[in-house]
Amino acid sequence: MTAATTPIVEAVDVEKTLGEGAGRVQALRGVSLALKGGELTLLMGPSGSGKTTLLSILGGMLTPTRGTVRLAGETTTGAGPETLARLRRTHVGFVFQSYHLFPTLTAIENVRLVLDVRGEHGEDAPERAAAALATVGLAHKHHAFPRELSGGEQQRVAIARAVVGRTAALFADEPTASLDGDNGRAIMTVLADIAKDPRRAVLVVTHDPRTLPFADRIVRIEDGRIVAEEAGAHAGPAPREPAPNESASPKSVSPKSVSPESVSPESVSPESASPESQGSPHAP
Amino acid sequence: MRPGWIERIDMRLRTAAGPALRSGAASALSRLGDAADALHEHLARARKRGLPLIVLLAWRNLFHDRVRLVTTVIGIVFSVILVTVQIGLYLGFERMVTTMIDHADADLWIVPKGTRNFEDPSLLDDRQRFRALSIAGVADVAPLVLGFAEWRRPDGGATPVFVVGSDPRGGGLGPWNVVEGRVDALATPFSVAVDRSYFGRLGVRGLGDAGELRDQKARIVAVTSGIRSFTTTPYVFAAYDRARAYMNTPADRATYFLVRLRPDADATAVRDRIQGNIADAEVLTRAEFRERSRSFWLFGTGAGAALFGGALLGIVVGTVIVAQTLYSSTKDHIAEFATLRAIGSSTRYIVEVILWQALLSAVVGFLLATAAGVVIVVLTADSALPVVMTPGLVLGLLVLTVVMCAVSAVAAIREVVRIDPATVLSR
Repeated sequence: MTAATTPIVEAVDVEKTLGEGAGRVQALRGVSLALKGGELTLLMGPSGSGKTTLLSILGGMLTPTRGTVRLAGETTTGAGPETLARLRRTHVGFVFQSYHLFPTLTAIENVRLVLDVRGEHGEDAPERAAAALATVGLAHKHHAFPRELSGGEQQRVAIARAVVGRTAALFADEPTASLDGDNGRAIMTVLADIAKDPRRAVLVVTHDPRTLPFADRIVRIEDGRIVAEEAGAHAGPAPREPAPNESASPKSVSPKSVSPESVSPESVSPESASPESQGSPHAP
Repeated sequence: MRPGWIERIDMRLRTAAGPALRSGAASALSRLGDAADALHEHLARARKRGLPLIVLLAWRNLFHDRVRLVTTVIGIVFSVILVTVQIGLYLGFERMVTTMIDHADADLWIVPKGTRNFEDPSLLDDRQRFRALSIAGVADVAPLVLGFAEWRRPDGGATPVFVVGSDPRGGGLGPWNVVEGRVDALATPFSVAVDRSYFGRLGVRGLGDAGELRDQKARIVAVTSGIRSFTTTPYVFAAYDRARAYMNTPADRATYFLVRLRPDADATAVRDRIQGNIADAEVLTRAEFRERSRSFWLFGTGAGAALFGGALLGIVVGTVIVAQTLYSSTKDHIAEFATLRAIGSSTRYIVEVILWQALLSAVVGFLLATAAGVVIVVLTADSALPVVMTPGLVLGLLVLTVVMCAVSAVAAIREVVRIDPATVLSR
């Protein structure tokens, strides 16, 4: 893929300690990672390895105990809850394992909510929400409530919600964990299409081996440390650029070591899935 | 784009008025047209946008759980009705205890020293009246006698009444809201006026019936509507001399003197001059006498404290019920609020959602409570203690309901502002 050179999200020597006293846990130990535009990165590791903590820190939900995180050039160091909230709504879109759609809102209202939270109440908000739903192949489900949608459709609404704000970073937490094979592949196809945009970086936290064929890069984390980084099956021939100040020395793994599955775009057209034609304020 | 009615007025003005007027009117109409266009466009945009999403979310959160919504609304309705009844009783009470003062034709009242309220009669010497008449600025001083007497019913038996006697031709305090008969008929011998709501107590059926007061005939020549006494003792209006006879009041005595001032007189200055000229009496303005009567009944007797206590209880109960339901609703939707936080919502946005929920609950509850309040007002209109609703009370209740619901939202707000957005990743 056409990865941009300037990182959209950058973690440098990040440490995170959770809890106090006897319950104190060192969740992250000197993690450095850079996410560039036009790249879909998989973050993989066993349970308790620190994946979710790293996602929380990269996504501006938590601040690191030590080290630095920059979101589209803005540091989260010392930021209070309101500043972090502003950074999230400005720079980050999230897709959650359990979708977390609002059950009382329709699909299009769920998508519009992100714009509303950003103070974008203009006349074009419904059109933008509709376009985002069309991007994920749900143009015909605008007025369906989440209970009327399948798991895969709900996750696609969640993706539309994550992309409608045209944020530079998109983080997905186990997006295929609750889905069957077909729906899981469809979701990954959408995410991979979004990652074609050089102005947008996509990070997917996953256990699911079905996601491997869609990765441009795979980062493996164990015991709070990045232990390996490898080019994904989806990646082009260009060698990976190491993240600045990377403290760990991950092993290089051949893309051939993963077993790509055939990707079926199903109802989603890869070309139509390009997030937006409009420019992003954070485009390099 | 400009509305047709503006163009029509414009054309009429152009043909009917002179050049200068036409020019000014055309300019004003042009500005009016621009404003109408702007308003039209604004409304069209608002229609296109529909209900703001934050309001929609609050509304749907409320209506998502109908049982909880019903509980919340019942709590608000109960609270507002309780406050309405208590304040309405207070207003009705206040109106009743001052109704005689309000309907008297008097700018100043000369009352026996230490008088606490209208129905607290002792007697003044008639000489006070003539002293008052000698003061500059005084147009007239009318005597008023009142006091308790025993009404003997036509069928036997007796009931206490409160006799009010003044000259029916000379102002003072006569019956009002006369629905049958005539006030000037009180000048005929042994005539009285009573309120129709007391017919049962007085043992009469209407005009022409008669009872007895101190063994003297009292024939009903006028019937009023709505003149009720807070003490439940019926008022019986009579001519001044007749009333004195019914109560055996000496000829040189009266209960109050009602002073009417000349149009250009300064009430306070005249009041001070009269006060300096008479002894063993107080001179009060109408407002002062009202306030004295009101204070005595409301606060001197503890009745006001009971009414206010009931209203306060209503507010507390309503606030607690609404707070509890809003809090549990917020707890039920906590995952959604965490999601809002995770997608970058500011604290202010989340607080607004909860406040909209509180406001919508308040409006729904208020509308139902007001409808119930109107029914109560109608049902109690002819009772001994009617509940009164004024526009000010309705407006005050709306403000109170909104404030009560906003205060109720505090606990829910405290809960959501502490949400850790990272919790959505572990759910």
